[in-house]
Amino acid sequence: MKTITHTLPSKQNISNTHNVNRSQTIHSSQTMNNSQTMNIMQTLNIYRLESKFEWLKSIRNPAFALPAILFPALFYIFFGVLMNQHNPQAATYLLCTYGTFGVIGPALFSFGAGLAVERGQGWLDIKDASPMPASAQIVSRLLVSMAFSMMILISLGLVAFTMTSVSLTIVQVLTLSTLLVFGGLPFCLLGLILGLLLKAESAPAVVNLVYLPMSFLSGLWIPITMLPDFLQTLAEFLPPFHLSQLALKVVGLDVGGSVTKHLAILALFTVIFFVLAMLVSNKKTIR
Amino acid sequence: MQLKDTSEQNTNSRVIASAYGLTKSFAGKKALDNIDLEVKSGQVLAILGANGAGKTTLINILLGRLNADSGDVSVFGVKAGSLQAKRQAGAMLQVANLPETLKIKEHIQLFQSYYPHPMNYQQVINYAGLQDMQDRYSKKLSGGEKQRLLFALSICGDPKLLFLDEPSVGMDVDARQGLWQAIRDLRAAGTGIVLTTHYLEEADNLADNIVLLKQGAIIRQGSSEEIKASINQTTIRFSSDKKLSEFKQLPAVIRVKSKGKFIQLQTEDVNQTLLALLSANPNLQNLSVFSAGLEEAFLQLNGGGK
Repeated sequence: MKTITHTLPSKQNISNTHNVNRSQTIHSSQTMNNSQTMNIMQTLNIYRLESKFEWLKSIRNPAFALPAILFPALFYIFFGVLMNQHNPQAATYLLCTYGTFGVIGPALFSFGAGLAVERGQGWLDIKDASPMPASAQIVSRLLVSMAFSMMILISLGLVAFTMTSVSLTIVQVLTLSTLLVFGGLPFCLLGLILGLLLKAESAPAVVNLVYLPMSFLSGLWIPITMLPDFLQTLAEFLPPFHLSQLALKVVGLDVGGSVTKHLAILALFTVIFFVLAMLVSNKKTIR
Repeated sequence: MQLKDTSEQNTNSRVIASAYGLTKSFAGKKALDNIDLEVKSGQVLAILGANGAGKTTLINILLGRLNADSGDVSVFGVKAGSLQAKRQAGAMLQVANLPETLKIKEHIQLFQSYYPHPMNYQQVINYAGLQDMQDRYSKKLSGGEKQRLLFALSICGDPKLLFLDEPSVGMDVDARQGLWQAIRDLRAAGTGIVLTTHYLEEADNLADNIVLLKQGAIIRQGSSEEIKASINQTTIRFSSDKKLSEFKQLPAVIRVKSKGKFIQLQTEDVNQTLLALLSANPNLQNLSVFSAGLEEAFLQLNGGGK
Protein backbone atom coordinates (compact mmCIF):
# COMPACT_ATOMS: atom_id res chain seq x y z
CA MET A 1 0.00 0.00 0.00
CA LYS A 2 1.25 3.44 -0.80
CA THR A 3 2.15 5.65 2.11
CA ILE A 4 -0.82 7.63 3.19
CA THR A 5 -0.09 11.29 3.46
CA HIS A 6 -2.90 12.61 5.49
CA THR A 7 -3.17 16.26 6.28
CA LEU A 8 -5.87 18.03 8.17
CA PRO A 9 -8.86 19.05 6.13
CA SER A 10 -8.91 22.68 5.15
CA LYS A 11 -11.02 25.15 7.08
CA GLN A 12 -13.90 24.97 4.60
CA ASN A 13 -14.11 21.25 5.05
CA ILE A 14 -14.30 21.26 8.81
CA SER A 15 -17.75 22.80 8.63
CA ASN A 16 -18.81 19.72 6.70
CA THR A 17 -19.46 17.03 9.28
CA HIS A 18 -19.45 14.25 6.74
CA ASN A 19 -16.03 15.22 5.61
CA VAL A 20 -14.67 15.18 9.13
CA ASN A 21 -15.96 11.68 9.59
CA ARG A 22 -14.36 10.65 6.37
CA SER A 23 -10.96 12.04 7.16
CA GLN A 24 -11.01 10.09 10.40
CA THR A 25 -11.76 6.98 8.40
CA ILE A 26 -8.87 7.60 6.08
CA HIS A 27 -6.64 8.29 9.03
CA SER A 28 -7.55 5.11 10.81
CA SER A 29 -7.27 3.03 7.65
CA GLN A 30 -3.52 3.13 8.11
CA THR A 31 -3.99 0.57 10.82
CA MET A 32 -7.38 -0.84 10.02
CA ASN A 33 -7.22 -3.02 6.96
CA ASN A 34 -8.71 -5.70 9.15
CA SER A 35 -11.85 -3.62 9.70
CA GLN A 36 -12.80 -4.39 6.10
CA THR A 37 -13.73 -7.83 7.38
CA MET A 38 -17.23 -8.86 8.34
CA ASN A 39 -18.23 -10.84 11.37
CA ILE A 40 -20.23 -14.05 11.14
CA MET A 41 -23.52 -12.32 11.89
CA GLN A 42 -23.00 -9.81 9.10
CA THR A 43 -22.14 -12.60 6.69
CA LEU A 44 -25.17 -14.66 7.67
CA ASN A 45 -27.28 -11.55 7.25
CA ILE A 46 -26.25 -11.37 3.58
CA TYR A 47 -27.52 -14.90 3.04
CA ARG A 48 -30.69 -14.18 5.00
CA LEU A 49 -31.55 -11.02 3.04
CA GLU A 50 -30.49 -12.47 -0.30
CA SER A 51 -32.84 -15.43 0.30
CA LYS A 52 -35.65 -13.26 1.63
CA PHE A 53 -35.55 -10.93 -1.37
CA GLU A 54 -35.06 -13.79 -3.82
CA TRP A 55 -38.23 -15.26 -2.33
CA LEU A 56 -40.16 -11.98 -2.56
CA LYS A 57 -38.89 -11.44 -6.08
CA SER A 58 -40.18 -14.86 -7.17
CA ILE A 59 -43.47 -14.93 -5.33
CA ARG A 60 -44.36 -11.44 -6.59
CA ASN A 61 -43.77 -12.53 -10.16
CA PRO A 62 -47.03 -14.19 -11.21
CA ALA A 63 -45.58 -15.41 -14.49
CA PHE A 64 -43.21 -17.57 -12.45
CA ALA A 65 -45.09 -18.31 -9.25
CA LEU A 66 -48.52 -19.26 -10.62
CA PRO A 67 -47.53 -21.84 -13.21
CA ALA A 68 -44.87 -23.27 -10.90
CA ILE A 69 -47.37 -23.90 -8.11
CA LEU A 70 -50.57 -24.53 -10.05
CA PHE A 71 -49.49 -26.60 -13.05
CA PRO A 72 -48.51 -29.75 -11.16
CA ALA A 73 -51.76 -29.63 -9.17
CA LEU A 74 -53.85 -29.01 -12.30
CA PHE A 75 -52.12 -31.83 -14.15
CA TYR A 76 -52.70 -34.06 -11.19
CA ILE A 77 -56.38 -33.15 -11.00
CA PHE A 78 -56.74 -33.89 -14.69
CA PHE A 79 -54.79 -37.17 -14.92
CA GLY A 80 -54.91 -38.39 -11.34
CA VAL A 81 -58.50 -37.47 -10.44
CA LEU A 82 -60.71 -36.88 -13.49
CA MET A 83 -59.20 -39.36 -15.95
CA ASN A 84 -58.74 -41.99 -13.30
CA GLN A 85 -61.91 -43.69 -12.12
CA HIS A 86 -61.25 -43.56 -8.38
CA ASN A 87 -58.41 -46.03 -8.54
CA PRO A 88 -56.46 -45.31 -5.35
CA GLN A 89 -53.35 -47.07 -6.62
CA ALA A 90 -53.18 -44.98 -9.79
CA ALA A 91 -53.85 -41.83 -7.77
CA THR A 92 -50.99 -42.71 -5.42
CA TYR A 93 -48.69 -43.51 -8.32
CA LEU A 94 -49.42 -40.22 -10.07
CA LEU A 95 -49.08 -38.27 -6.82
CA CYS A 96 -45.45 -39.43 -6.70
CA THR A 97 -44.70 -38.70 -10.35
CA TYR A 98 -46.42 -35.30 -10.40
CA GLY A 99 -44.61 -34.50 -7.17
CA THR A 100 -41.36 -35.22 -9.01
CA PHE A 101 -42.54 -33.16 -11.97
CA GLY A 102 -43.46 -30.32 -9.59
CA VAL A 103 -40.13 -29.98 -7.80
CA ILE A 104 -38.12 -30.02 -11.03
CA GLY A 105 -40.00 -26.96 -12.35
CA PRO A 106 -38.87 -24.27 -9.91
CA ALA A 107 -35.37 -25.74 -9.86
CA LEU A 108 -35.00 -25.39 -13.62
CA PHE A 109 -36.83 -22.09 -13.90
CA SER A 110 -35.42 -20.19 -10.93
CA PHE A 111 -31.89 -21.08 -11.89
CA GLY A 112 -32.28 -21.46 -15.64
CA ALA A 113 -34.63 -18.78 -16.79
CA GLY A 114 -34.25 -16.45 -13.79
CA LEU A 115 -30.48 -16.36 -13.96
CA ALA A 116 -30.37 -16.01 -17.74
CA VAL A 117 -32.72 -13.03 -17.64
CA GLU A 118 -30.79 -11.23 -14.91
CA ARG A 119 -27.52 -11.99 -16.64
CA GLY A 120 -28.88 -10.64 -19.92
CA GLN A 121 -29.97 -7.42 -18.27
CA GLY A 122 -26.46 -6.81 -16.97
CA TRP A 123 -27.80 -7.05 -13.43
CA LEU A 124 -25.37 -9.82 -12.52
CA ASP A 125 -22.51 -7.49 -13.50
CA ILE A 126 -23.60 -5.15 -10.72
CA LYS A 127 -23.73 -8.03 -8.26
CA ASP A 128 -20.37 -9.24 -9.51
CA ALA A 129 -18.80 -5.83 -8.90
CA SER A 130 -20.27 -5.72 -5.39
CA PRO A 131 -18.70 -7.62 -2.51
CA MET A 132 -21.62 -10.05 -2.36
CA PRO A 133 -20.27 -13.59 -1.97
CA ALA A 134 -21.04 -15.47 -5.19
CA SER A 135 -22.42 -18.37 -3.18
CA ALA A 136 -25.15 -16.14 -1.70
CA GLN A 137 -26.76 -16.03 -5.11
CA ILE A 138 -26.68 -19.82 -5.42
CA VAL A 139 -27.77 -20.55 -1.85
CA SER A 140 -30.68 -18.12 -2.02
CA ARG A 141 -31.99 -19.60 -5.25
CA LEU A 142 -31.57 -23.09 -3.84
CA LEU A 143 -33.62 -22.22 -0.76
CA VAL A 144 -36.29 -20.50 -2.84
CA SER A 145 -36.55 -23.54 -5.14
CA MET A 146 -36.98 -25.72 -2.08
CA ALA A 147 -39.65 -23.44 -0.66
CA PHE A 148 -41.52 -23.60 -3.95
CA SER A 149 -41.13 -27.36 -3.96
CA MET A 150 -42.78 -27.52 -0.56
CA MET A 151 -45.68 -25.35 -1.70
CA ILE A 152 -46.13 -27.57 -4.75
CA LEU A 153 -46.10 -30.70 -2.61
CA ILE A 154 -48.62 -29.17 -0.22
CA SER A 155 -50.94 -28.24 -3.10
CA LEU A 156 -50.64 -31.77 -4.52
CA GLY A 157 -51.24 -33.21 -1.06
CA LEU A 158 -54.39 -31.14 -0.67
CA VAL A 159 -55.73 -32.35 -4.01
CA ALA A 160 -54.90 -35.96 -3.14
CA PHE A 161 -56.41 -35.66 0.32
CA THR A 162 -59.67 -34.01 -0.76
CA MET A 163 -60.35 -35.49 -4.20
CA THR A 164 -58.88 -38.98 -4.18
CA SER A 165 -58.80 -41.95 -1.87
CA VAL A 166 -55.00 -41.96 -1.58
CA SER A 167 -53.99 -43.04 1.89
CA LEU A 168 -50.44 -42.60 3.09
CA THR A 169 -48.89 -42.99 6.52
CA ILE A 170 -47.26 -40.00 8.19
CA VAL A 171 -43.88 -41.64 7.69
CA GLN A 172 -44.56 -42.07 3.98
CA VAL A 173 -45.64 -38.42 3.66
CA LEU A 174 -42.53 -37.18 5.45
CA THR A 175 -40.18 -39.48 3.53
CA LEU A 176 -41.71 -38.49 0.20
CA SER A 177 -41.57 -34.78 0.98
CA THR A 178 -37.97 -34.88 2.16
CA LEU A 179 -36.91 -36.98 -0.79
CA LEU A 180 -38.56 -34.73 -3.35
CA VAL A 181 -37.50 -31.41 -1.79
CA PHE A 182 -33.85 -32.49 -1.71
CA GLY A 183 -34.23 -34.39 -4.97
CA GLY A 184 -34.52 -31.03 -6.72
CA LEU A 185 -30.80 -30.39 -6.17
CA PRO A 186 -29.41 -31.96 -9.38
CA PHE A 187 -32.05 -30.05 -11.34
CA CYS A 188 -30.97 -26.80 -9.69
CA LEU A 189 -27.48 -27.49 -11.03
CA LEU A 190 -28.86 -28.33 -14.46
CA GLY A 191 -30.79 -25.05 -14.30
CA LEU A 192 -27.59 -23.25 -13.31
CA ILE A 193 -25.83 -24.56 -16.42
CA LEU A 194 -28.74 -23.46 -18.61
CA GLY A 195 -28.90 -20.08 -16.85
CA LEU A 196 -25.23 -19.45 -17.56
CA LEU A 197 -25.43 -20.54 -21.18
CA LEU A 198 -28.76 -19.34 -22.47
CA LYS A 199 -29.72 -15.96 -23.84
CA ALA A 200 -32.34 -14.11 -21.81
CA GLU A 201 -34.95 -14.00 -24.57
CA SER A 202 -34.83 -17.67 -25.40
CA ALA A 203 -34.19 -19.04 -21.89
CA PRO A 204 -37.81 -19.69 -20.79
CA ALA A 205 -38.60 -21.47 -24.06
CA VAL A 206 -35.44 -23.58 -23.98
CA VAL A 207 -35.97 -24.48 -20.33
CA ASN A 208 -39.47 -25.68 -21.21
CA LEU A 209 -38.01 -27.64 -24.09
CA VAL A 210 -35.78 -29.44 -21.63
CA TYR A 211 -38.32 -29.69 -18.82
CA LEU A 212 -41.44 -30.97 -20.55
CA PRO A 213 -40.03 -33.68 -22.84
CA MET A 214 -37.65 -34.87 -20.12
CA SER A 215 -40.57 -35.17 -17.72
CA PHE A 216 -42.71 -37.04 -20.20
CA LEU A 217 -39.93 -39.42 -21.20
CA SER A 218 -39.14 -40.12 -17.56
CA GLY A 219 -42.70 -41.30 -17.02
CA LEU A 220 -43.82 -38.38 -14.88
CA TRP A 221 -47.00 -37.65 -16.82
CA ILE A 222 -48.15 -41.14 -17.66
CA PRO A 223 -46.68 -44.23 -15.99
CA ILE A 224 -43.39 -45.38 -17.46
CA THR A 225 -44.76 -48.90 -17.99
CA MET A 226 -47.27 -47.51 -20.48
CA LEU A 227 -44.47 -46.16 -22.69
CA PRO A 228 -42.96 -48.24 -25.53
CA ASP A 229 -39.99 -50.44 -24.61
CA PHE A 230 -37.31 -48.32 -26.24
CA LEU A 231 -38.54 -45.26 -24.35
CA GLN A 232 -38.44 -47.22 -21.12
CA THR A 233 -34.79 -48.00 -21.86
CA LEU A 234 -34.09 -44.36 -22.68
CA ALA A 235 -35.62 -43.30 -19.36
CA GLU A 236 -32.75 -45.02 -17.54
CA PHE A 237 -30.55 -42.18 -18.79
CA LEU A 238 -32.81 -39.41 -17.50
CA PRO A 239 -32.42 -38.17 -13.92
CA PRO A 240 -36.14 -37.47 -13.29
CA PHE A 241 -36.86 -41.15 -13.90
CA HIS A 242 -34.60 -42.15 -11.03
CA LEU A 243 -36.01 -39.54 -8.67
CA SER A 244 -39.56 -40.67 -9.48
CA GLN A 245 -38.60 -44.30 -8.94
CA LEU A 246 -37.26 -43.44 -5.49
CA ALA A 247 -40.53 -41.65 -4.74
CA LEU A 248 -42.55 -44.61 -6.01
CA LYS A 249 -40.44 -46.92 -3.87
CA VAL A 250 -41.82 -45.15 -0.79
CA VAL A 251 -45.33 -46.28 -1.74
CA GLY A 252 -44.23 -49.62 -3.17
CA LEU A 253 -45.16 -48.87 -6.79
CA ASP A 254 -41.74 -48.62 -8.45
CA VAL A 255 -40.57 -50.81 -11.33
CA GLY A 256 -38.08 -52.63 -9.11
CA GLY A 257 -34.65 -50.99 -9.41
CA SER A 258 -32.61 -50.88 -6.22
CA VAL A 259 -32.53 -47.74 -4.07
CA THR A 260 -28.74 -47.75 -4.23
CA LYS A 261 -28.77 -47.77 -8.01
CA HIS A 262 -31.19 -44.82 -8.25
CA LEU A 263 -29.32 -42.86 -5.60
CA ALA A 264 -25.97 -43.59 -7.25
CA ILE A 265 -27.22 -42.48 -10.66
CA LEU A 266 -28.73 -39.29 -9.21
CA ALA A 267 -25.46 -38.61 -7.37
CA LEU A 268 -23.55 -39.16 -10.61
CA PHE A 269 -25.77 -36.68 -12.45
CA THR A 270 -25.31 -34.20 -9.58
CA VAL A 271 -21.53 -34.46 -9.89
CA ILE A 272 -21.63 -34.16 -13.68
CA PHE A 273 -23.92 -31.11 -13.52
CA PHE A 274 -21.79 -29.56 -10.79
CA VAL A 275 -18.58 -29.95 -12.78
CA LEU A 276 -20.23 -28.63 -15.94
CA ALA A 277 -21.66 -25.66 -14.04
CA MET A 278 -18.21 -24.83 -12.67
CA LEU A 279 -16.65 -25.11 -16.13
CA VAL A 280 -19.28 -22.89 -17.71
CA SER A 281 -19.07 -20.38 -14.89
CA ASN A 282 -15.28 -20.15 -15.12
CA LYS A 283 -15.47 -19.71 -18.84
CA LYS A 284 -17.96 -16.90 -18.39
CA THR A 285 -16.00 -14.97 -15.81
CA ILE A 286 -12.37 -15.27 -16.93
CA ARG A 287 -12.02 -13.19 -20.03
CA MET B 1 -15.32 27.60 -7.71
CA GLN B 2 -12.41 26.18 -9.65
CA LEU B 3 -9.95 27.74 -7.24
CA LYS B 4 -11.68 26.33 -4.22
CA ASP B 5 -11.70 22.86 -5.74
CA THR B 6 -8.00 23.05 -6.44
CA SER B 7 -7.19 23.96 -2.87
CA GLU B 8 -9.27 21.05 -1.60
CA GLN B 9 -7.60 18.49 -3.77
CA ASN B 10 -4.17 19.65 -2.76
CA THR B 11 -4.71 19.29 0.95
CA ASN B 12 -6.70 16.11 1.05
CA SER B 13 -5.93 13.66 -1.71
CA ARG B 14 -3.94 10.51 -2.05
CA VAL B 15 -3.77 7.87 -4.73
CA ILE B 16 -6.33 5.15 -3.99
CA ALA B 17 -6.25 3.30 -7.29
CA SER B 18 -3.69 3.21 -10.04
CA ALA B 19 -2.87 1.54 -13.31
CA TYR B 20 0.54 1.69 -14.91
CA GLY B 21 1.46 0.39 -18.34
CA LEU B 22 -1.93 -1.19 -18.78
CA THR B 23 -2.46 -3.11 -22.00
CA LYS B 24 -5.36 -5.29 -23.03
CA SER B 25 -6.22 -6.90 -26.34
CA PHE B 26 -9.32 -8.71 -27.48
CA ALA B 27 -8.70 -11.25 -30.22
CA GLY B 28 -5.48 -9.54 -31.25
CA LYS B 29 -7.03 -6.08 -31.38
CA LYS B 30 -5.69 -3.60 -28.84
CA ALA B 31 -8.46 -2.30 -26.59
CA LEU B 32 -6.12 -0.52 -24.18
CA ASP B 33 -2.60 0.52 -25.01
CA ASN B 34 -0.10 1.39 -22.30
CA ILE B 35 -2.48 3.29 -20.03
CA ASP B 36 -1.15 5.11 -16.96
CA LEU B 37 -3.60 6.67 -14.59
CA GLU B 38 -4.15 7.43 -10.94
CA VAL B 39 -7.38 7.89 -9.07
CA LYS B 40 -7.10 10.17 -6.07
CA SER B 41 -9.35 10.46 -3.07
CA GLY B 42 -11.58 13.52 -3.08
CA GLN B 43 -11.24 13.93 -6.83
CA VAL B 44 -13.31 13.17 -9.89
CA LEU B 45 -11.45 11.55 -12.76
CA ALA B 46 -13.44 11.65 -15.98
CA ILE B 47 -12.67 9.22 -18.77
CA LEU B 48 -13.84 10.55 -22.10
CA GLY B 49 -13.78 8.89 -25.45
CA ALA B 50 -15.91 7.74 -28.34
CA ASN B 51 -17.69 4.40 -28.28
CA GLY B 52 -15.10 1.66 -28.46
CA ALA B 53 -12.31 3.88 -27.15
CA GLY B 54 -11.82 1.51 -24.22
CA LYS B 55 -13.68 3.29 -21.39
CA THR B 56 -15.69 0.29 -20.25
CA THR B 57 -12.74 -2.07 -20.62
CA LEU B 58 -10.69 0.23 -18.41
CA ILE B 59 -13.40 0.36 -15.75
CA ASN B 60 -13.82 -3.41 -15.83
CA ILE B 61 -10.09 -3.86 -15.29
CA LEU B 62 -10.11 -1.45 -12.35
CA LEU B 63 -13.06 -3.41 -10.95
CA GLY B 64 -11.12 -6.64 -11.40
CA ARG B 65 -13.78 -8.04 -13.70
CA LEU B 66 -11.27 -8.28 -16.53
CA ASN B 67 -7.61 -9.17 -16.36
CA ALA B 68 -5.13 -6.93 -18.14
CA ASP B 69 -2.62 -8.55 -20.49
CA SER B 70 0.16 -6.56 -18.89
CA GLY B 71 0.62 -3.67 -16.51
CA ASP B 72 0.19 -3.04 -12.80
CA VAL B 73 -3.23 -2.41 -11.38
CA SER B 74 -3.68 -1.64 -7.73
CA VAL B 75 -6.79 -0.62 -5.81
CA PHE B 76 -6.30 0.41 -2.17
CA GLY B 77 -2.93 -1.31 -2.41
CA VAL B 78 -4.52 -4.68 -3.10
CA LYS B 79 -5.56 -6.60 -6.18
CA ALA B 80 -8.41 -5.09 -8.19
CA GLY B 81 -11.55 -7.13 -7.67
CA SER B 82 -10.36 -8.62 -4.39
CA LEU B 83 -12.90 -8.71 -1.60
CA GLN B 84 -11.03 -6.02 0.27
CA ALA B 85 -11.06 -3.72 -2.74
CA LYS B 86 -14.73 -4.41 -3.45
CA ARG B 87 -15.76 -3.61 0.10
CA GLN B 88 -14.33 -0.11 -0.19
CA ALA B 89 -15.65 0.59 -3.65
CA GLY B 90 -18.95 1.04 -5.43
CA ALA B 91 -19.85 0.68 -9.07
CA MET B 92 -22.65 1.98 -11.20
CA LEU B 93 -22.51 0.09 -14.46
CA GLN B 94 -24.75 0.23 -17.49
CA VAL B 95 -27.66 -2.07 -16.82
CA ALA B 96 -30.64 -2.65 -19.08
CA ASN B 97 -32.97 -3.57 -16.24
CA LEU B 98 -33.15 -4.52 -12.58
CA PRO B 99 -35.16 -7.34 -11.03
CA GLU B 100 -38.59 -5.81 -11.38
CA THR B 101 -40.46 -7.21 -8.43
CA LEU B 102 -38.34 -5.69 -5.68
CA LYS B 103 -38.96 -2.30 -4.14
CA ILE B 104 -36.38 0.44 -4.12
CA LYS B 105 -35.89 0.18 -0.37
CA GLU B 106 -35.43 -3.58 -0.61
CA HIS B 107 -32.76 -3.25 -3.25
CA ILE B 108 -30.94 -0.79 -1.04
CA GLN B 109 -31.28 -2.87 2.13
CA LEU B 110 -29.84 -5.85 0.30
CA PHE B 111 -26.84 -3.98 -1.04
CA GLN B 112 -26.19 -2.41 2.34
CA SER B 113 -25.84 -5.90 3.78
CA TYR B 114 -22.91 -6.64 1.46
CA TYR B 115 -20.64 -4.10 3.15
CA PRO B 116 -18.96 -4.09 6.55
CA HIS B 117 -19.62 -0.36 7.05
CA PRO B 118 -22.65 0.52 4.93
CA MET B 119 -23.79 4.06 4.41
CA ASN B 120 -26.79 5.04 6.48
CA TYR B 121 -30.03 4.17 4.65
CA GLN B 122 -31.49 7.68 4.82
CA GLN B 123 -28.25 9.14 3.55
CA VAL B 124 -28.28 6.80 0.54
CA ILE B 125 -31.86 7.82 -0.21
CA ASN B 126 -31.01 11.50 0.12
CA TYR B 127 -27.92 11.35 -2.07
CA ALA B 128 -29.85 9.55 -4.81
CA GLY B 129 -32.96 11.71 -4.47
CA LEU B 130 -35.27 8.73 -3.94
CA GLN B 131 -37.19 10.08 -0.93
CA ASP B 132 -40.58 9.91 -2.62
CA MET B 133 -40.32 6.48 -4.17
CA GLN B 134 -38.89 4.13 -1.57
CA ASP B 135 -41.86 1.76 -1.86
CA ARG B 136 -41.99 1.75 -5.64
CA TYR B 137 -41.22 -1.46 -7.50
CA SER B 138 -38.27 -1.14 -9.84
CA LYS B 139 -40.61 -2.26 -12.63
CA LYS B 140 -42.41 1.08 -12.44
CA LEU B 141 -39.34 3.29 -12.72
CA SER B 142 -38.47 5.49 -15.67
CA GLY B 143 -35.03 5.30 -17.22
CA GLY B 144 -33.78 8.24 -15.17
CA GLU B 145 -35.26 6.84 -11.94
CA LYS B 146 -33.56 3.52 -12.60
CA GLN B 147 -30.27 5.35 -12.95
CA ARG B 148 -30.88 7.01 -9.58
CA LEU B 149 -31.53 3.63 -8.01
CA LEU B 150 -28.35 2.23 -9.55
CA PHE B 151 -26.50 5.23 -8.21
CA ALA B 152 -27.99 4.53 -4.77
CA LEU B 153 -26.80 0.93 -4.93
CA SER B 154 -23.31 2.05 -5.90
CA ILE B 155 -22.96 4.16 -2.76
CA CYS B 156 -24.55 1.69 -0.30
CA GLY B 157 -21.10 0.70 0.97
CA ASP B 158 -20.10 4.30 1.72
CA PRO B 159 -17.37 3.82 -0.89
CA LYS B 160 -13.99 5.50 -0.85
CA LEU B 161 -13.77 4.75 -4.55
CA LEU B 162 -16.77 5.06 -6.82
CA PHE B 163 -17.06 4.02 -10.47
CA LEU B 164 -19.80 5.70 -12.46
CA ASP B 165 -20.23 4.43 -16.02
CA GLU B 166 -22.42 6.87 -17.95
CA PRO B 167 -24.41 7.76 -14.83
CA SER B 168 -26.72 10.42 -16.23
CA VAL B 169 -28.05 8.50 -19.23
CA GLY B 170 -31.80 8.97 -19.45
CA MET B 171 -31.96 11.55 -16.66
CA ASP B 172 -33.90 14.77 -17.02
CA VAL B 173 -32.30 18.11 -16.19
CA ASP B 174 -33.40 18.12 -12.53
CA ALA B 175 -32.26 14.59 -11.89
CA ARG B 176 -28.96 15.30 -13.55
CA GLN B 177 -28.40 18.36 -11.38
CA GLY B 178 -29.22 16.26 -8.34
CA LEU B 179 -26.75 13.60 -9.40
CA TRP B 180 -24.05 16.19 -9.99
CA GLN B 181 -24.64 17.66 -6.56
CA ALA B 182 -24.41 14.19 -5.00
CA ILE B 183 -21.15 13.57 -6.84
CA ARG B 184 -19.78 16.89 -5.58
CA ASP B 185 -20.85 16.07 -2.02
CA LEU B 186 -19.25 12.64 -2.15
CA ARG B 187 -16.08 14.14 -3.55
CA ALA B 188 -16.04 16.74 -0.79
CA ALA B 189 -16.41 13.87 1.67
CA GLY B 190 -13.23 12.34 0.29
CA THR B 191 -14.53 9.77 -2.20
CA GLY B 192 -12.43 9.27 -5.29
CA ILE B 193 -14.69 9.02 -8.32
CA VAL B 194 -14.06 7.57 -11.77
CA LEU B 195 -16.63 8.83 -14.23
CA THR B 196 -17.13 7.89 -17.84
CA THR B 197 -19.49 10.00 -19.82
CA HIS B 198 -20.49 10.97 -23.32
CA TYR B 199 -21.83 14.14 -21.92
CA LEU B 200 -19.01 16.65 -22.06
CA GLU B 201 -20.78 19.21 -19.94
CA GLU B 202 -20.82 16.63 -17.17
CA ALA B 203 -17.06 16.18 -17.31
CA ASP B 204 -16.56 19.92 -17.59
CA ASN B 205 -18.69 20.50 -14.50
CA LEU B 206 -17.41 17.75 -12.29
CA ALA B 207 -13.99 16.51 -13.24
CA ASP B 208 -10.79 17.53 -11.52
CA ASN B 209 -8.89 15.53 -14.04
CA ILE B 210 -9.87 14.35 -17.50
CA VAL B 211 -8.41 11.47 -19.44
CA LEU B 212 -9.11 11.47 -23.14
CA LEU B 213 -9.08 7.98 -24.60
CA LYS B 214 -8.82 7.26 -28.27
CA GLN B 215 -8.57 3.75 -29.66
CA GLY B 216 -7.33 2.51 -26.32
CA ALA B 217 -4.63 5.10 -25.79
CA ILE B 218 -4.59 8.24 -23.67
CA ILE B 219 -4.26 11.13 -26.08
CA ARG B 220 -4.60 13.91 -23.51
CA GLN B 221 -4.78 14.16 -19.76
CA GLY B 222 -5.31 17.15 -17.52
CA SER B 223 -7.91 19.44 -16.00
CA SER B 224 -10.76 20.66 -18.15
CA GLU B 225 -9.04 24.06 -18.35
CA GLU B 226 -5.77 22.52 -19.43
CA ILE B 227 -7.41 20.46 -22.13
CA LYS B 228 -9.32 23.43 -23.46
CA ALA B 229 -6.16 25.52 -23.42
CA SER B 230 -4.22 22.82 -25.20
CA ILE B 231 -6.02 23.51 -28.43
CA ASN B 232 -5.60 26.82 -30.13
CA GLN B 233 -9.17 27.17 -31.27
CA THR B 234 -11.63 29.97 -30.99
CA THR B 235 -15.35 29.95 -31.56
CA ILE B 236 -16.99 32.78 -33.48
CA ARG B 237 -20.75 32.95 -33.25
CA PHE B 238 -23.20 35.18 -35.10
CA SER B 239 -26.53 35.09 -36.82
CA SER B 240 -26.84 35.31 -40.55
CA ASP B 241 -29.27 34.42 -43.33
CA LYS B 242 -26.52 33.09 -45.53
CA LYS B 243 -25.90 29.44 -46.04
CA LEU B 244 -23.43 27.54 -43.87
CA SER B 245 -21.30 26.59 -46.81
CA GLU B 246 -20.49 30.24 -47.57
CA PHE B 247 -18.49 30.47 -44.35
CA LYS B 248 -16.46 27.36 -44.98
CA GLN B 249 -14.17 29.16 -47.41
CA LEU B 250 -13.10 31.77 -44.86
CA PRO B 251 -9.42 31.54 -43.92
CA ALA B 252 -8.38 29.40 -40.91
CA VAL B 253 -11.89 28.00 -40.40
CA ILE B 254 -11.90 24.36 -39.34
CA ARG B 255 -15.56 23.67 -38.79
CA VAL B 256 -18.88 25.33 -39.41
CA LYS B 257 -22.13 24.38 -37.78
CA SER B 258 -25.50 25.91 -37.03
CA LYS B 259 -26.49 26.10 -33.43
CA GLY B 260 -30.09 27.20 -32.97
CA LYS B 261 -30.46 30.44 -34.86
CA PHE B 262 -26.73 31.02 -34.74
CA ILE B 263 -23.91 29.99 -36.97
CA GLN B 264 -20.77 28.88 -35.23
CA LEU B 265 -17.27 28.81 -36.69
CA GLN B 266 -14.21 27.14 -35.26
CA THR B 267 -11.04 28.91 -36.23
CA GLU B 268 -7.37 28.41 -35.68
CA ASP B 269 -6.60 32.06 -36.28
CA VAL B 270 -9.27 34.32 -34.93
CA ASN B 271 -7.85 37.57 -36.34
CA GLN B 272 -7.57 36.27 -39.86
CA THR B 273 -11.05 34.76 -39.86
CA LEU B 274 -12.72 37.76 -38.26
CA LEU B 275 -11.13 40.15 -40.69
CA ALA B 276 -12.36 38.19 -43.67
CA LEU B 277 -15.75 37.52 -42.10
CA LEU B 278 -16.43 41.17 -41.31
CA SER B 279 -15.23 42.52 -44.61
CA ALA B 280 -17.55 40.14 -46.43
CA ASN B 281 -20.44 40.71 -44.00
CA PRO B 282 -20.16 44.19 -42.53
CA ASN B 283 -23.60 44.01 -40.93
CA LEU B 284 -23.18 40.80 -39.01
CA GLN B 285 -25.67 40.37 -36.14
CA ASN B 286 -25.07 39.10 -32.60
CA LEU B 287 -21.36 38.55 -33.07
CA SER B 288 -19.52 36.97 -30.20
CA VAL B 289 -16.07 35.43 -29.91
CA PHE B 290 -15.03 33.00 -27.22
CA SER B 291 -12.37 30.40 -26.65
CA ALA B 292 -13.23 26.82 -27.45
CA GLY B 293 -15.11 24.67 -24.97
CA LEU B 294 -14.41 21.12 -23.94
CA GLU B 295 -16.58 19.84 -26.75
CA GLU B 296 -14.48 21.59 -29.38
CA ALA B 297 -11.32 20.35 -27.70
CA PHE B 298 -12.73 16.86 -27.63
CA LEU B 299 -13.68 16.97 -31.29
CA GLN B 300 -10.33 18.32 -32.36
CA LEU B 301 -8.25 15.93 -30.28
CA ASN B 302 -10.40 12.97 -31.04
CA GLY B 303 -10.77 13.73 -34.73
CA GLY B 304 -7.13 14.31 -35.56
CA GLY B 305 -5.13 11.61 -37.26
CA LYS B 306 -8.05 9.37 -38.06
